[in-house]
Amino acid sequence: MSVLVNKNSKVIVQGFTGSEGTFHAGQMIEYGTNVVGGVTPGKGGQTHLDKPVFNSVAEAVETTGADVSIIFVPPAFAADAIMEAADAGIKVIIAITEGIPVKDMMIAKEYLKGKEVRLVGPNCPGVITPGEAKVGIMPGFVFKSGRVGIVSKSGTLTYEAADQIVKAGLGISTAIGIGGDPIIGTPTKDAVELLMNDPETDAIVMIGEIGGNYEAVAARWIKENGNKKPVIGFIAGQTAPPGRRMGHAGAIIGGAEDTAAAKMKIMRENGITVVESPAEIGAATAKALKEAGLVA
Amino acid sequence: MNIHEYQGKELLKKWGVKVQEGYVAETPEEAKQVAQKLHEETGTSWYVVKAQIHAGGRGKGKVQETGSNGVVLAKSLDEVPEKAKGILGGTLVTIQTGAEGKKVNKVLIAQDVYYPGEHKPKEYYLSILLDRAKSRNVIMASTEGGMDIEEVAEHTPEKIIKEWIDPAIGLRPFQASKVAFKLGLEGKAQKEMVKFITSLYNAYINSDASQFEINPVLKTSDEQILAVDAKVNIDDNALYRHKDLAEMRDVSEEDPLEVEAGESGLNYVKLDGNVGCMVNGAGLAMATMDIIKLSGGEPANFLDVGGGANAQTVEAGFRIILKDPNVKAILINIFGGIVRCDRVANGVVEAYKKIGDIRVPIIVRLQGTNAEEGARIIDESGLKVKSAVVLKDAADRVKEALQGA
Repeated sequence: MSVLVNKNSKVIVQGFTGSEGTFHAGQMIEYGTNVVGGVTPGKGGQTHLDKPVFNSVAEAVETTGADVSIIFVPPAFAADAIMEAADAGIKVIIAITEGIPVKDMMIAKEYLKGKEVRLVGPNCPGVITPGEAKVGIMPGFVFKSGRVGIVSKSGTLTYEAADQIVKAGLGISTAIGIGGDPIIGTPTKDAVELLMNDPETDAIVMIGEIGGNYEAVAARWIKENGNKKPVIGFIAGQTAPPGRRMGHAGAIIGGAEDTAAAKMKIMRENGITVVESPAEIGAATAKALKEAGLVA
Repeated sequence: MNIHEYQGKELLKKWGVKVQEGYVAETPEEAKQVAQKLHEETGTSWYVVKAQIHAGGRGKGKVQETGSNGVVLAKSLDEVPEKAKGILGGTLVTIQTGAEGKKVNKVLIAQDVYYPGEHKPKEYYLSILLDRAKSRNVIMASTEGGMDIEEVAEHTPEKIIKEWIDPAIGLRPFQASKVAFKLGLEGKAQKEMVKFITSLYNAYINSDASQFEINPVLKTSDEQILAVDAKVNIDDNALYRHKDLAEMRDVSEEDPLEVEAGESGLNYVKLDGNVGCMVNGAGLAMATMDIIKLSGGEPANFLDVGGGANAQTVEAGFRIILKDPNVKAILINIFGGIVRCDRVANGVVEAYKKIGDIRVPIIVRLQGTNAEEGARIIDESGLKVKSAVVLKDAADRVKEALQGA
């Protein structure tokens, strides 16, 4: 089953003919993702990477029946692209674009309320269900199919975690890169909930970072929900100073609850196995699965 | 992006927010001239001389060279140049600057707004910022003006008034009115506060701000509502559509290494530790800093080289890290996804040879696409560079390097 994307997903690429869109759409097609076309306003009717190009998402959905969209549109136009996708009836929107103004995202998020659509990102590496669909910019070969779900704010740290999990003899059900911006479509708790309800996921690796309260909300939900599956957590930025932005727009310590230490404490209190070192994610996951009797 | 108080006030004025009037000056002579002008325009005969730096706590802060506070009162025109002299060119140390302080290049000469009259002047607190948990902007207000809001939040949270704003609808008049009443205002002052809050929100939303903190907001003795201070932060991602605000950037307030890194397309934050690091991706960069700490070191920096780690970016990264004299070792941690490790390895070797005189041990950890080949290139380069593939090995190499140092 997996979550969000699978082999049946019909994917369109917004910002298809730009350099990022072209490169990553090519990689996605090579991976085996069912890319049915793309959107670049003004280039409708053309063919790109052997796929049809449309002027609008609505037109693309009407013609191809697409239900998933991945967005590579430049920051100034990306929030609008998200709203266009939702308006056209896309069910899962994955926004890769980094650098969207907060004001634009606030309006886009408001626009999505009440609609049957899920936004992942922006400023994220995307979503991958290994062996079925890669809708993102991650290196596909790192992710081998299996039963561990990953939720992460960070791109390369997701690859790192997946690599360790695979080297520990396990595999990934779905990895969800939720993004490092202050306003994102799918906060940690929502992504964890999807994996908690997925029968093909046995354990969840939850990778957070300083800033915001998403990890704390997710941790409390996990406990309230009865700690149904083992959850292994890591928070990046234990050594980050307060008040300084660490790369990601959302990675800034503004208050006492924003620190890695505070988040790790809340996660532990709610039954999550928290590792201090990012080098221990794979081993800790294998151990947790073994203790739960889910692997030999 | 932070801007100075005087720039923040200019921005507020443009949107109809009433502010404590003033002019900026760079020399004591200029300070006197603008004070004269201010006297003619506002009738003020007392002048507040305020250091312009990107840090709070100026009033209680001390200028190291002269012992003057960062905000002082001049009770006559003649006192203005002398007071300005005590601040200009000095190093102001406040609770927010760290022990090294900040050099003051400009002072704001502002009118005295605490003049006596029918009512007693009273200070309030107002801010607008993003509430990440709700994905909405929130107005925060308090009767405890002039106080540190974190302290108010901790000890008397009931004194903080919050009003969330629907991004699609914007601030409604009843919301501004409600906040003004909750602050205990009535009559003319209440109406003035409603105008103040409304204009402040307009200024905030139209300039793509990420934070406004007006502390204090003053109710004067004749019941005007004025911004006496203005801490303004603009969303960096939106600066492309605000050329006028982008021009307000004062690079002299930033760390020179951070400015240089930015020019090379690197995301660098200077820290106080002894192990430098260069990483692709912000999350992995923070995790690498944590690894350094767990290995017995302290991170000297945050450095994200982004998606395209190549010889140029690696060289630029090396040069910036090596300018920090505290650095005793450097850990390069690249997870090659789209970017291939063999290319990164060649980039490291190339940059190393080009720079030549590198005296600190370097540990290069390459993982992902062509990782083994990358490690081989590093090992066979003949340079004093250690390679690692697994993150744990990289941590051990750092530990060894620090013990050897």
